[in-house]
Amino acid sequence: MTDKDVIIRLENVSKSFGGKKVLDNISLDIKKGEFLTLLGPSGCGKTTTLRLISGFTTPDSGTVYMDGKDISGMPPYKRTLNTVFQRYALFPHLDVYDNIAFGLKLAKVPEKEIEQRVRKVLKMVSMTDYEDRDVESLSGGQQQRVAIARALVNQPKVLLLDEPLSALDHKMRQDMQIELKEMHQKLGITFIYVTHDQEEALTLSDTIVVMNEGKIQQIGTPADIYNEPVNSFVADFIGESNILNGTMIEDRKVNFIGHDFECVDEGFGTNNPVDVVIRPEDIYIMSHTEGAQFSGTVKSCTFKGVHYEMFVDSDSGYELMIQDYNAFEPGSKVGMLIKPSDIQVMRKERVCNTLEGVMTDENHVDLLGGEFECMPLAGAEAGDEVVAKVDFQDIELLDHQEEGTLAGEVYVILYKGDHYHLTVLTENGDHLYVDTQDIWDKGDLVGISIKPSAIKLSKRNDN
Amino acid sequence: MKKFFAQAYIWFLLILLYAPLVFIGIFSFTESRVMGNWTGFSTKLYSNLFSGMMQGDSALMSAVKNTLLIALIAAAVSTLLGTIAAIGIFNLKGRRKATIQFLNNIPMINPDIITGVSLFLLFIFLGFSQGYTTVVLAHITFCTPYVVLNVMPKLAQMNPNTYEAALDLGATPGQALRKVMIPQLRPGMISGFILAFTMSLDDFAVTFFTRGTIGLDTLSTYIYTDARKGGLTPELRPLMTLIFATILILLVIINLRQARLAKKAANR
Repeated sequence: MTDKDVIIRLENVSKSFGGKKVLDNISLDIKKGEFLTLLGPSGCGKTTTLRLISGFTTPDSGTVYMDGKDISGMPPYKRTLNTVFQRYALFPHLDVYDNIAFGLKLAKVPEKEIEQRVRKVLKMVSMTDYEDRDVESLSGGQQQRVAIARALVNQPKVLLLDEPLSALDHKMRQDMQIELKEMHQKLGITFIYVTHDQEEALTLSDTIVVMNEGKIQQIGTPADIYNEPVNSFVADFIGESNILNGTMIEDRKVNFIGHDFECVDEGFGTNNPVDVVIRPEDIYIMSHTEGAQFSGTVKSCTFKGVHYEMFVDSDSGYELMIQDYNAFEPGSKVGMLIKPSDIQVMRKERVCNTLEGVMTDENHVDLLGGEFECMPLAGAEAGDEVVAKVDFQDIELLDHQEEGTLAGEVYVILYKGDHYHLTVLTENGDHLYVDTQDIWDKGDLVGISIKPSAIKLSKRNDN
Repeated sequence: MKKFFAQAYIWFLLILLYAPLVFIGIFSFTESRVMGNWTGFSTKLYSNLFSGMMQGDSALMSAVKNTLLIALIAAAVSTLLGTIAAIGIFNLKGRRKATIQFLNNIPMINPDIITGVSLFLLFIFLGFSQGYTTVVLAHITFCTPYVVLNVMPKLAQMNPNTYEAALDLGATPGQALRKVMIPQLRPGMISGFILAFTMSLDDFAVTFFTRGTIGLDTLSTYIYTDARKGGLTPELRPLMTLIFATILILLVIINLRQARLAKKAANR
């Protein structure tokens, strides 16, 4: 703990609830004075991370440090940080003044000083003259201000904010975002902010930590995260994007949507499968096809206020989302260009499903709790542990759960230009990745079936 | 016409319900030993009652004191126990919560006589000498579920984050309980207390089986014995009238208060 700039450090922290891993070996340094946002979909572990820092939960393993001291087991009332809760959590039996003075009274601060500090903080959140009001008579935005004042009046070193704006309407939210940002700059203390709203995260933060399924996906500045997402999850979660399958031909040359493109990425090897991300505003669209890298036909065009959002079918059969200030009529032929620096190439997290299973007899294998028919594997007997590889497109999804060998639920949908890449959650909580042309909705209950010939078996530990 | 019958029906029911009380009230102002004989207006029974209270030697007065004291202790202790139990039950999950809530409801629908006999047998089995203590313990036992039932809805209304917010602002769990939880649960605790108090006040069966043989009497057991001795003591009439009037006034106050709170909430 020599790093003086670090105020909070999480080191290899894991946490499970009822056998389900919510945080999986997380390490994170939070610098003094920064505005850090934990961003991710619900259930990604961001709130649990915040509760570990505030002290409402303790890690199963790993350590939480504050100012270099281990605080993993310290109760919340001994920690010098304060929280703004999602639903305000104001004390309904106390008025505005007593709500804000609550912490100071407990700390036995002299009456006169309490009064001065409460007045000052009320002014800061523009709530002067409200001290005698009943908190339940205030609007949502006003309650939120009181909640912020109640936390700030204790002069914490770190302010934790758990989706503080989620209960406010859109306009109010934008105003509060600006105010929070100003408060952060004025106070100079560390803000740790939890949200599932990527726009809010991009607007407010110095640093964004993108989380999914209990793991940190990427840490970086808003610009880093937006322009250089490290994987398809981050690209899909932050902003709009076209995520496409590609092949890295060689350094600085990538093939996708049936064309070779020049890019700026190196070190992905030769002829390796990759994911390519292109932001919709980074595709240049024009009414002529000469000089274009590729061409296509406009399928739809919607006015979005500042820009138009268009879906264009490329002649090579891929659908792309494009944003431009000019509108192009549906049905018109257009040419398109992408600058090398706007092509973001990412290593694929996986190229097929790799599953561990057990042979039940020579023609059947138990995978993820379902018994699948398979081709016999030479030398394998019932009870042998095997590894099965199944390509994404070889998994068949059926309308009814009972029709499949396994039942599952569509969990994540990613459009890849000419097909959907789905993450399917099985009954046991395992993930299967499926490529399909069919349209499914998130939450659809599906049966999972795999053809015997598509299951490629090998013995485990036979190397 | 239809409306007339509907109205008449309601009034008929109300008269049926309140006639006995009104009768006692009227005949508390006459001296006759037998109720129903009007021997002229007099407040002698009231003065007898109060002078008996002053001297503190009559069996009736000691029964009244016992009743009130037992009701107060039982209501206070069961409010404490019931509130703690409610917090515990509220924080349980799923089937365990449902089971315990169900178990909490059984003593309330269980006939008093069964509660009384089973407590009587339990005290004998445990070798307790029966008397004041066993009556108080028995009353606490049957009052506590009512407090739990009154506090639970308040817990459900409470924002669960307020407890955490208190801890976050530097309150120890004990301080958070006192300064944040209890004030929010207070209305439920008060109505639980009042309900427990009245349940204890008018209990007969449980008291009868748990008071032992030391001659401890509460109002209900006193009246029972008195009636068997031949005729009710006339001073009971003003006493009943006073108790009824007190409870009536209390009810009116509680209702007015609730109406005011509801109006205040509606105005927000």
